[in-house]
Amino acid sequence: MDLLRIATAGSVDDGKSTLIGRLLYDSKALDDDVLLAVEDASRRHHGDYVNLALVTDGLRAEREQGVTIDVAYRYFSTPNRKFILADTPGHVQYTRNMVTGASTAEAVLIMIDVRNGVVEQSRRHAVIASLLGIDRMVVCVNKMDLVGYDEGAYEAVRSSFIPLMRRLDVDDATFIPMSALNGDNVVEPSANMPWYKGDPLLAHLESLPAREGLDSLPLRMPVQYVVRPHREEYHDYRGYAGSVASGVLRVGQRVRIMPSGAESVITAIEAPWGAVDEARSPDAVTVQIADDIDVTRGEMLCEADGGPSMAQEFDAVVCWMDERTALRPGSVYRIKHTTRSAKAVVTDLVSLFSITSLTGEPDADMLSLNEIGQVKLRVSAPLAIDDYTSNRVTGSFILIDEGTNSTVAAGMIGEPGFAFSVPAG
Amino acid sequence: MTTTELERLDVQGLVDLDDSSESWHLRALEAEAIHIIREVVAEFDRPGLLFSGGKDSAVLLHLAVKALRPANLPFPVVHIDTGHNFPEAIAFRDRVVERLGLDLVVGSVDEAIASGFIPTPPSPSYSRNRMQTPVLLETIRRGKFTAVFGGARRDEERSRAKERVYSVRDEFGQWDPRNQRPELWDLYNGSIGFGQHMRVFPLSNWTELDIWRYIAEENIDLPEIYYAHQREVFEQDGMLMALSPVMQPQRGEPVVVRSVRFRTVGDMTSTAAVESDAATPEAVIAETLTTRISERGATRADDRTAEAAMEDRKREGYF
Ligand SMILES: Nc1nc2c(ncn2[C@@H]2O[C@H](COP(=O)(O)OP(=O)(O)O)[C@@H](O)[C@H]2O)c(=O)[nH]1
Repeated sequence: MDLLRIATAGSVDDGKSTLIGRLLYDSKALDDDVLLAVEDASRRHHGDYVNLALVTDGLRAEREQGVTIDVAYRYFSTPNRKFILADTPGHVQYTRNMVTGASTAEAVLIMIDVRNGVVEQSRRHAVIASLLGIDRMVVCVNKMDLVGYDEGAYEAVRSSFIPLMRRLDVDDATFIPMSALNGDNVVEPSANMPWYKGDPLLAHLESLPAREGLDSLPLRMPVQYVVRPHREEYHDYRGYAGSVASGVLRVGQRVRIMPSGAESVITAIEAPWGAVDEARSPDAVTVQIADDIDVTRGEMLCEADGGPSMAQEFDAVVCWMDERTALRPGSVYRIKHTTRSAKAVVTDLVSLFSITSLTGEPDADMLSLNEIGQVKLRVSAPLAIDDYTSNRVTGSFILIDEGTNSTVAAGMIGEPGFAFSVPAG
Repeated sequence: MTTTELERLDVQGLVDLDDSSESWHLRALEAEAIHIIREVVAEFDRPGLLFSGGKDSAVLLHLAVKALRPANLPFPVVHIDTGHNFPEAIAFRDRVVERLGLDLVVGSVDEAIASGFIPTPPSPSYSRNRMQTPVLLETIRRGKFTAVFGGARRDEERSRAKERVYSVRDEFGQWDPRNQRPELWDLYNGSIGFGQHMRVFPLSNWTELDIWRYIAEENIDLPEIYYAHQREVFEQDGMLMALSPVMQPQRGEPVVVRSVRFRTVGDMTSTAAVESDAATPEAVIAETLTTRISERGATRADDRTAEAAMEDRKREGYF
């Protein structure tokens, strides 16, 4: 059994919760007592229909207001795959929570009500998913029962979404006509839509390749912790503990330690299940090296050639997540990048992105809550970085406000994977 | 087997636990948990691990040992002894502490009652579920813990499904669900202010079934009461409660001997048993695959009281 992390997004009432409820129920991940409690609560909150949104809206405030505020995580599995589903709020006001849920996802489900077509929110979800490097999108064209399962209605939605997919350079977009309410094309193929030749949603999710391509990237292993047993039998032992972010780590391999640039050879790799000759993402390992070099937390084991860039100044896309303050040129934060922390100053706000019109506003003077833009940063110590588009681990960072300790921004090093144009005029 | 049971088996499949490709997802969950544990140990000056003697905390401890080996665990395990624990859970705690040479910090509800720190409960069988929260918070304060690991899982309950892996508690130990920090990629923000502490949940993404598959695969020791055994029980509100000094039939319910096991192990006053013949982890997995009742629904009297019972207790500082 393998593992696939997915995120869902959709506007209010497009049927996201109904779909998740159905996926959970049909894959038997929703137990009877939970369902009974939901039926019971539905009667109390709304009235006559079973509101599966109550399964996922876990907080009192969410149930009272009938909106999803924060990400909820759900789990279901088929014989071959466990799914971790981050159910994210669709509303623009909770964009930061959508970014939280989508940051770890490998695929995203975008819900669209076939009657409303592609609305601004659907565009926003696709753009944010794409900025986060999720290149597998599944567009669920929902409520087909309300348009008589009409192929033309589905085609209209599909063809109006395709230009956006092209624009975002998404190469794996799949459209599925469905009725989440009746279960058409969710788990079972739909008898009502014989014209649709693709897989139902669950089968499609099962067939997506998981964790693709990480092995073929250059080796990156940020050191998290130095293991030094204070015991006689381990007198000279020093183990470097960390998770392999990309590439393959091998016993006998020559590695360069960044940022010091020192080189050594891997002599032993300990995985959770014992000594191994090779390790790859996402293995959490402890390695030993041949030379007596002082490696510390925050350094990174890399390929002897093909290492990351060492940079103290770089461009990044940031999503601002703080409601109390705004990002402005000159603001100073703490940056956490892999296992390394430093100070960071914003030297320039290059552009404020309009997520819906895909344009960049060059003259903006700040980024407020839920806004996304391109910035230049200078950091107090060099970081071993890659572009986010080539490596999600070594290309991502967070900014922390040292006054409040809040996480105020999500950052992606380099330029976005697609261009924001400068608005005309 | 009923049709639903067959369907469920068919959907989830019984995996061969020895074949590593079959359990790749467990390796991924294990790696994620170890990554989190190492981040905490590297960034917090005084971590502790909440060890209840239950299966989730047994798995958590197992992972912590793996994360840091061959070094010994550089932090203590913390147990909140409610005075209503199953004796088997206490015995298990002591044998694990002994085997691994751990530091054990105990916060005792009985002592807190005796010293007047918390009010005397109205009766010996009165649930100690809420009473343990002040004791937990005081134990964290006295131990000067800046981060405590807990074994909570998001699949247990819907307010837990919303909680971050790193969950900040204010100086009163409270959780503010409406104001959680964004949590991105695997970049955890460990910054806390004076008096605050972090609760950290490395098993967030594990389900009950993942826990059991991992226990089977790794041969993790558990209290015996997780497996089927003969026990004196009586039925209360549709749940099978174990007969004990603090749990006696109140309305003359008959006491019977049944083959039972526990799906969760909390207090004797709030944890119910389920009828079962499953005597091995593999048999428990087979049962878990066919059951249609959630872990907490089957066994926790404490969550049945209100729609938001868990959320309310968590806000106050509960586990
Ligand atoms: N007719 C029809 N109604 C649907 C379908 N999916 C969802 N709904 C209804 O649309 C409404 C909003 O659905 P919900 O799942 O709560 O939407 P969310 O806000 O996206 O989570 C509810 O009344 C659902 O019963 C569908 O496929 N067909």
